[in-house]
Amino acid sequence: MVLKRLHVSIWALALFGLPLFAQEGHGVTPADIQRGLLIYTSSCINCHGPDGDLISGVTLASGRFRRAQSDNDLIQIIQKGLPGTAMPPGAYTDDQASLLVAYLRSMSTSAKSTRNGPPGEPARGKALVESKGQCLNCHRIGNLGTVTGPDLTSIGGIRRLAEIETSLLDPSAEIRPENRPVRATVKDGTKIAGTLMNQDTYTLQILDSKGKLRSLYKANLRDYELLKISPMPNFKDKFTAQEMSDVISYLVSLKGLR
Amino acid sequence: MRRTILSLLALAATLAAQTPFDRLVNADKDPANWLTYSGTLDGQRYSRLTQVTPANAKDLELKWVLQTRAPAEPNSKYEATSLVSDGVLYTVQPPNVVVALDAVNGKIFWTYPYNPAPQARACCGRVNRGLAILGNTLFMGTLDGNLIALDARDGHVIWNTQVGRPEAGYSVTVAPLVVKDKVIVGPAGGEYGISGYLAAYSAETGKELWRFNTIPKPGEPGHETWENDAWKHGGGSIWTTGSYDPALNLLYWGIGNASPDWNGDVRPGDNLYTSSVLALDPDTGNLKWHFQFTPHDEFDFDATQVPVLADITWAGKPRKVMLFANRNGYFYVLDRQTGEFLLGKPFVKVTWANGLDAKGRPIRVGHSTPEGSLIYPENQGGTNWYNPAYSPRTGLFYIPSWLDTHSINTSRAEPYREGMPFNGGSATHEVPALRPGPTNKRLPELASGAIQALDPKTGAVKWQFKMMDVTDSGVLVTASDVVFAGGREGYFYALDARTGAPLWKAMVGGAVSAGPTTYAVDGKQYISIPAGNAIFTFGLR
Repeated sequence: MVLKRLHVSIWALALFGLPLFAQEGHGVTPADIQRGLLIYTSSCINCHGPDGDLISGVTLASGRFRRAQSDNDLIQIIQKGLPGTAMPPGAYTDDQASLLVAYLRSMSTSAKSTRNGPPGEPARGKALVESKGQCLNCHRIGNLGTVTGPDLTSIGGIRRLAEIETSLLDPSAEIRPENRPVRATVKDGTKIAGTLMNQDTYTLQILDSKGKLRSLYKANLRDYELLKISPMPNFKDKFTAQEMSDVISYLVSLKGLR
Repeated sequence: MRRTILSLLALAATLAAQTPFDRLVNADKDPANWLTYSGTLDGQRYSRLTQVTPANAKDLELKWVLQTRAPAEPNSKYEATSLVSDGVLYTVQPPNVVVALDAVNGKIFWTYPYNPAPQARACCGRVNRGLAILGNTLFMGTLDGNLIALDARDGHVIWNTQVGRPEAGYSVTVAPLVVKDKVIVGPAGGEYGISGYLAAYSAETGKELWRFNTIPKPGEPGHETWENDAWKHGGGSIWTTGSYDPALNLLYWGIGNASPDWNGDVRPGDNLYTSSVLALDPDTGNLKWHFQFTPHDEFDFDATQVPVLADITWAGKPRKVMLFANRNGYFYVLDRQTGEFLLGKPFVKVTWANGLDAKGRPIRVGHSTPEGSLIYPENQGGTNWYNPAYSPRTGLFYIPSWLDTHSINTSRAEPYREGMPFNGGSATHEVPALRPGPTNKRLPELASGAIQALDPKTGAVKWQFKMMDVTDSGVLVTASDVVFAGGREGYFYALDARTGAPLWKAMVGGAVSAGPTTYAVDGKQYISIPAGNAIFTFGLR
């Protein structure tokens, strides 16, 4: 599912033409899109919103831009702003602006919300997250919870509604690279579980289930596996339709910093 | 019930905290880690690790290198001292990219690439001098004037507080200092006419808890040293980390130059608390004492050096002192309980003052002038923010020094305009101020660099290791009597702490502009140093 979606994104990018990367023969990778998302999250989301539709008449996720045809046009706007509008210039390098464009292009092929539930109530959702859902056993929201699962403090500001829905209803459908679970067995039989932070030919870097950063040397491991199944439970049957709406409305409301 | 669950969860997070404040206070007993900017709260940069010795330093070899993500921007410099906690090394690549990596193999766990707002002003390079840690939280100042708390385990932002307005020239380049439950920082911006302050923020929430105005406002003690309205844009910036004495519960911090830098005529008076060191109550921010090294500064002689706290024998009795090698070319010893001046002696050629009086006040003989005046030491000083070190074993104080340097200091009228440089003049000198050129063709007598070892009891230079070019490197000394430091030429050295004899050197291919860190993992000692656009880590073969 993840790969399919990314393939679609990359094809979409190919169809749009890629002058920004053409000179050096690069393509766009999922990591590029992730890095673009980080920039979008830190610099664009306050005005444009996670779905890119908060400014009247501007729908970034549509893949169509009134004042830009090519990626280079978009880069110019990102770097120089749009005089006479609220769009300010941004001090981005060409590389950073290109990553941002990669993310903007990927938005048009991301999933749209398909769920038709009752209206949700964020306050009830908060209570469910902190009690019945036991979400804070793995996740962190603000000061509460742990770091073994993804941080939800800003989840409503950095993930689109459809993505949050998918995570609750089909957690393994999309495991983002930054949330990849890993399991390893040391030669003495000790089991280690955690989240993959990095890897190379000889080592793995993980945040283990106790919240400790550590390197594992493959030569010392009996085996290890990067899991394609999320450790997160499926909440489809755990929450009623109303509860699911409440939880989603709460998560969407989490826009970050205190 | 719900409250109980939440309390338990919060408690679990607290119990898991890797670096409580007690650990910072007792960092000297925990030399495997480097938990504060200066290694210990006393600012000594003295490590009790002893695996690398004068005998075996020749066997040091490169263990790993971490390149920055991209070539540094022309005005970036890698100035951060790394922190190391339980095998994880935390560094800040310029300007504000935090990286957590395995201290043994250099592999990255996570990065936090903060992009400062375009309004950020940096007089002297897009730099950051490092992080602080408390519990599981890292603290970083940003070039656009913020203080950010990050989870040390995954780099997620916990809070973000504005310290000062970037459009008015306020930036935060200093490595914060944690004292108890507070994070202490202040803004740089002495070249933009800021009105400085040191402030404490709640480590938990980022809320400002106290603020001490380094340029006193009307009604505050010291305001009388500003004889007109120049205090409104008087400078007094913060850009190098202070130190802390837990027994006295006193926080010490060096304060930057007066603004405008070179034109003192427009700001008559001593201009407190510029070019001073402060002793503050860290719980309240109340001033206990101050000492001004350069009253009415006209040469950009910030007192932004690390106050080094040492317990030594003075006139036959134990005394709690502060060692302070100042940018103005004088080395000072102060009583850190009272601020009493004990000793002041030049460690480089000085012509702006003809000595110090009995209270340590300079006998001023030089001034900046419209036509320009030649002053030793040069604008960058006899030393600068480059970290000194003190060894209780050798009893020597080690400083990076610029020898025989001078500037032509020129004053001129310059109006204050928010966010614009407010220097009131300029300095011209033989040595590039902030970074080396590609080659060095200077006559040796016009400038050279050195690591100097001073005897704090007399101010005498016991030895000096000279380099052809000057040095922006910090110094580290270990309990096995090895000094580590580098210079602009791209060498990183191990020196004998008792004699200054070179024991080992590595060519790291770029200027060393940061302080070395030493730590141990699984019983092996490492020495790590940023240089150029990379960080290099060495250990024994």
